[in-house]
Formats: sequence, C-alpha cells, structure tokens
Amino acid sequence: MRRQGVLLTSFAEIYNWGRANSIWPLQFGLACCAIEMICVAAARFDIARFGAEIFRASPRQADLMIMNGTVTKKMLPQVVRLWNQMGEPKFCIVMGACASSGGPFREGYNVVKGIDRFIPVDVYVPGCPPRPEALLHGLMEIQKKMREEPLTGPDAPRYFRKDTTCEYPIPEFGEHDLVPPYNSELWKPPAPIVREGK
Amino acid sequence: MTIASHPYAFIALFVAVAAAFPLGLLLVCRLWVWAFQPPKPSPVKNGIYECGLESKGDSWIQFKAHYYLYAILFLIFDVEVLFLLPFAASFNVLPWQALLVMLAFILLLAEGLVWAWNRGHLEWK
Repeated sequence: MRRQGVLLTSFAEIYNWGRANSIWPLQFGLACCAIEMICVAAARFDIARFGAEIFRASPRQADLMIMNGTVTKKMLPQVVRLWNQMGEPKFCIVMGACASSGGPFREGYNVVKGIDRFIPVDVYVPGCPPRPEALLHGLMEIQKKMREEPLTGPDAPRYFRKDTTCEYPIPEFGEHDLVPPYNSELWKPPAPIVREGK
Repeated sequence: MTIASHPYAFIALFVAVAAAFPLGLLLVCRLWVWAFQPPKPSPVKNGIYECGLESKGDSWIQFKAHYYLYAILFLIFDVEVLFLLPFAASFNVLPWQALLVMLAFILLLAEGLVWAWNRGHLEWK
C-alpha cells in the first residue's frame, strides 16, 4: 500500500522517529574534541538541523553522551557515574582518537586506553580531533541506529529488556591502577602474541 | 433543559478536557513503561547530585530560626523608613494630628524593638 501512496506506519516506527529527531546530548567536554563539538553546536555547522541542539547540563535529561577528549584515569569514575545516571535509552558517541583508544597518550600511565572498556559505545568518530562534519556524521549514524531499533523481541536492545541492568561498575583507584581495570562484560584483553621459537 | 444548554456546561466541559489531557498522557506513559520500558533504578541514578561526583549526605539545609527573625526585623524597619519618608518630606504642611499619628506609629515600632531586644531575639546564638 505504501507504493500506492498510502501512509502506513507502526508504533515502533513513530517512537523511533520521535527519539531519533530529538536527541538531547549531555553537555560536557574533556579536551580538544570538545572545541569541535562546540563548533557543531554553533551557527556554521548547526546541530539544530538534526534536532539535537539541546545540550543538557544534567545526565538525567540527556540521552546521548559524546565522549570528546582524553579520558584520564582520574576523570573516569566521574564519566562512568554520569553514564550510570543517564536514563535509558541512552547512546554513546566516542569522538576522537583519545576517547577511542588513548590516542597519542596511549602509552601514558594516566590515560584510559579507550572508553569502550568501561561503557558501551555505539558509534566511533575517528580523528584527532575529528572535524565537526565527522561528528555530525556520527550523529546521523546514531539516528540511523535509533530508527532501526526493534522495541520487542530477542533483538531488542538492553533497555527494553527486564533482565538487563543499566548499572556499570564505577572503577576506583587501587594500589597500582584502576579497580577493575576494565569492564569484563564489555571488553576482553587481547590474547598475548606468542612468537614461534620463543 | 439539556446539559448542553446549561450556562455552565462549557466550563464543566473545559475542566473535563483540561483534566483528561494530562491524565491521558500520564496514562499512556505508564502503559509505555509497563509494556516496553522497565524502570531500572539504582543508588547512583537516584543520587541527589548529578555532577559525576559521589553524593554525600542529603540536600536538606538547616537554617536557624534566627535567620528568618533577622529578616523579618529588617523588613519591618525597612517599611518604617518607607512610611516616615513622606512624613518627613511634607512635615511643614501637615497638621499637629498627623504628628501625633506618626509618633504613635514610631512608638509602636519602638515598643516592638524593645520587646524583641529584651527577649534576646537580637542575639545571634
């Protein structure tokens, strides 16, 4: 009937259309990438075109966390706590090399080697820092993901299921490093490289 | 006489629609939560503050009763100045009865001040 010009839709489609076009990102920035995020909100790039211009100062009113900048181990507990305080359904864009993998500070003792070790990430935006267009592309990918999400059934995301929790462990400062050093449900350390003959 | 022809029928209709609109939306929200979105409370999510730092204590702040007492006394004497200013400005043209009235007004306020002072309300404990 759609081909005949009759408008047909489903409950899930209306719901997903609504939330994909009214994303409220959390207003916080960690480092250089935050400047690019600010540019996205300014007139030249204008994130308002995507209905996502209302940066909320409270995690309880936000549904998108844009991890922009270097996540230090000192800042990590606060970041995870903010993520826990956000209401479901929530999404996470990782912006830039630092938040994705530690970036140029990867070998530093104080930098988290990717925020995906502690909170679930939906979209990675590469770059150092990525330009505002790249973040907008990431936002469009999130919107696409929102539009395609089923509300029920086995493929439904975690927040539509009763058996899942939205609480992620908040790391604490241990004797040598963060405890736990990563969320084992989200990330597994790579297998050690074994070279032949050694 | 039908209900529609009653002079206040439209007000009743207005009140009914005004009540039904938010209540209907709240009901839809509850149904949505029941059907699709299981609530997942946690101590962190229900914490008082939302700045990323750990919440400590509660958000209730205790004010001393003296704080309000000082505020009220300040307000009383602030208003007194407001009343006395036009009296002082037009002192030359007012009859002697006005002088008596203003004196009574000032005496009443002074009596209140002396009473509060004697009771020790002006001492910050």
